Amino acid sequence: MMTLILHVWRQAGPGAAGRFERYEVQRVSADISFLEMLDGLNETLSARKEEPIAFDHDCREGICGSCGMVINGRPHGPNPATTACQLHMRAFRDGDEIWIEPWRAKAFPVLKDLVVDRGAFDRIMQAGGFITARAGSAPEANAVLVPKRDAERAMDAAGCIGCGACVAACPNASATLFVAAKVAHLGVLPQGQPERYTRVLSMVDVMDAAGFGACTNHGECMAACPKEISLDFIAQLNRDLIRATVAPPREGGAWSGAA
Amino acid sequence: MTVELRARVPAGPLERQWDTHRFEMKLMNPANKRKFDIIVVGSGLAGASAAASLAELGYQVACFCFQDSPRRAHSIAAQGGINAAKNYQNDGDSIWRLFYDTVKGGDFRAREANVYRLAQISVNIIDQCVAQGVPFAREYGGLLANRSFGGAQVSRTFYARGQTGQQLLLGAYQALSRQIGLGQVKMYPRTEMLDLVVIDGKARGIVVRDLVTGKIRSHAAHAVVLATGGYANAYFLSTNAKGCNVTATWRAHKRGALFANPCFTQIHPTCIPAAGEFQSKLTLMSESLRNDGRIWVPRQPGDRRAPNAIPDAERDYFLERLYPSFGNLVPRDVASRRAKELCDAGHSVVPGGQGVYLDFRDAIQRVGRHTIAERYGNLFEMYERITGEDPFTVPMRIYPAPHYTMGGLWVDYNLMSTLEGLHVIGEANFSDHGANRLGASALMQGLADGYFILPSTIGDYLGQAKLAPVDAGHPAFRAVEQEVHDRTTKLLAIDGTRSVDAFHRELGALLWDRCGMSRNRAGLVEAIGGIQRLRERFWAEVFVGGRGEDLNQALEKAGRVADFLEFAELMCVDALHREESCGGHFREEHVTAEGEAARDDARFSYVAAWEWTGAGNAPVLHQEPLSFQHVHLAQRSYK
Repeated sequence: MMTLILHVWRQAGPGAAGRFERYEVQRVSADISFLEMLDGLNETLSARKEEPIAFDHDCREGICGSCGMVINGRPHGPNPATTACQLHMRAFRDGDEIWIEPWRAKAFPVLKDLVVDRGAFDRIMQAGGFITARAGSAPEANAVLVPKRDAERAMDAAGCIGCGACVAACPNASATLFVAAKVAHLGVLPQGQPERYTRVLSMVDVMDAAGFGACTNHGECMAACPKEISLDFIAQLNRDLIRATVAPPREGGAWSGAA
Repeated sequence: MTVELRARVPAGPLERQWDTHRFEMKLMNPANKRKFDIIVVGSGLAGASAAASLAELGYQVACFCFQDSPRRAHSIAAQGGINAAKNYQNDGDSIWRLFYDTVKGGDFRAREANVYRLAQISVNIIDQCVAQGVPFAREYGGLLANRSFGGAQVSRTFYARGQTGQQLLLGAYQALSRQIGLGQVKMYPRTEMLDLVVIDGKARGIVVRDLVTGKIRSHAAHAVVLATGGYANAYFLSTNAKGCNVTATWRAHKRGALFANPCFTQIHPTCIPAAGEFQSKLTLMSESLRNDGRIWVPRQPGDRRAPNAIPDAERDYFLERLYPSFGNLVPRDVASRRAKELCDAGHSVVPGGQGVYLDFRDAIQRVGRHTIAERYGNLFEMYERITGEDPFTVPMRIYPAPHYTMGGLWVDYNLMSTLEGLHVIGEANFSDHGANRLGASALMQGLADGYFILPSTIGDYLGQAKLAPVDAGHPAFRAVEQEVHDRTTKLLAIDGTRSVDAFHRELGALLWDRCGMSRNRAGLVEAIGGIQRLRERFWAEVFVGGRGEDLNQALEKAGRVADFLEFAELMCVDALHREESCGGHFREEHVTAEGEAARDDARFSYVAAWEWTGAGNAPVLHQEPLSFQHVHLAQRSYK
């Protein structure tokens, strides 16, 4: 059982000034998750008729992408490839001080305490993060072969959970890894070829307009990513972007193979 | 209220019913579709696919989810796969076999016509998802790969590593995103439906709360679609996401939609056991693990040796012993119940008395560590992250947990509830899984409903309904808004001393104990009284805190738990009335000589659809008789 000192970012609303509030939590078991530790603190706060700490969470098994908080300066905390909900308290020691903050990025305004608005990610997806395929119009699934290697690469990129840790980790608050993951997922598959270059242009345009910074290859995003999305996908994004900008292929051009 | 359960199953041979029906339904002129507004509540597999497909057809769609993005709906957490009768493996699968397996697996409590249609459509779903770029697993030649899953003796399950639900949901989310971008769908994230508005007997809109500002608003439409998932969180500890709730379907029920088979709940056999009093949810380990993992307990009760120190002769591989032909792949309900029996008899392998081993030692010896890592790598990592133990070297410890609910709002063949204009899709309806769902069938049903069935059937309703123009200024909306507002105010005003979670935990423990994996009359009677008392205490002693006009997560939870406290009673009433054992509903009074579930087809071969008759009144039972023309009624046997 541990006793911990927490410094938690409290902010009443989008326009309000925030501050770190200090809390001492006692009898914390090493086997509970980080969010369960916060649940416990919230129970205590409720019992004192104080307002509990607002934080996003849902599946609590590392896949929905809802949770996200900067823990001691690192998005999702100290463990690699681990979302905050799957971080367990055995990662900490008795007496530790833990600083807990929301994602900090111009494009992710704070709504309350640790809750931010990640709607900009959705808007990027709406601009082009899809393959146009009306329900009912699809050909027989095995009619188009996909080499196993390409399917695996697409899946590596498609594992992104859209949590925003990449943005929080980036000194420029860039969303490039998020965009690259989707551009690579769809761009490596034969089904994604017809819209490959319009997709990358549309998504990058909206990303830039949303207030995310530029990518300057720090690589912090990959280090923070709970799903270990690779920086290689950013290279692929850049290749596709250059091609789309300076030498756009003809509409419906033949598929040129994986990246 | 007089309620008539008309299933509207088309006449004619089973194989032709859906085609015949599609031909007979009214078509709507494309130019007219844009004059119709449709509300879709929920953005999981069913909701997102329905919203996208309806928008593609030209309807004006408004879609609502309580999460901050539609991509986060809990379908995302489904791990194992999706079934389809493609017969790519040439191993004897067919639409007929998938249909047959689903009816049998559901222990003969589903409607044949619906299940047949589901099996037919399953093949279109895979085509659709591949076209969208869902990165399913592939063979080296580039063809789609399959695996056998959850009790099926053919390999008909398509998968994307252990993240099939995620990839299918992202496919639907991307299709939805495209429609949002085109302006065909208006998306309302962080918005929770708190009530349904019925005008002239027809569902015409919803009242919602903006979870950021706390504002209560109305939305009017020509039809309402609920795709709000299941109610396994009634148990507090379940594999569902924390936000999953029964509120939308329960509110619709109180407005007149019948609730069918609420006692049919699925307990998933392979979850990580609860670790202690702060446990907030349970994590599922995909059932695909049972393809290679062997489930066992020590033969000697109370054996505390480390698992690897227990020799084979002293292990009881109980599923292989009891069911030689299906072994570890028996259906979920059977596997769960047998694990519970052995734990209750003292064979548990965790301190709390609720855990068995799932061991990969033999599979690793047989196919190698590399192959096992390729198949289950991310699941093994997840397990290690949570428990601190490495399944490559130490057997996993697992125990059953509430996972899925087969019951839901009653719907006809068109997926419309007993309330005209209210359609219900995905897990939220009761339809296709009977008393027990087979593995990899939930994703199939959600997408069948959303991509293919509802977009066809809703036009038939809209084309004939003769709907008067209604907007959110209608007095009926004002009245429901006021009720919602009053309820919120009341919750905040109690200002008691016990947290919402404390009540939810107590409800969950009661339900798990009395209306969980096995049930009996005395326990259920006691549970009903217990729930009533707990509900009274909730409304007297709960502390919510904060304000209504603010982001207030305790208030969100309080509203959901208040509904669970009403709904749970109906679960128990249904479980009490169904004097038979079938599928996930196991009544200790009704067992065969071998200890298996004993169905009573003579008395209970029907869908139990319950009508709300007001607070304090007993719900009224309506029956939809089930007849089986094509599947031979038999006691399930997995020996």
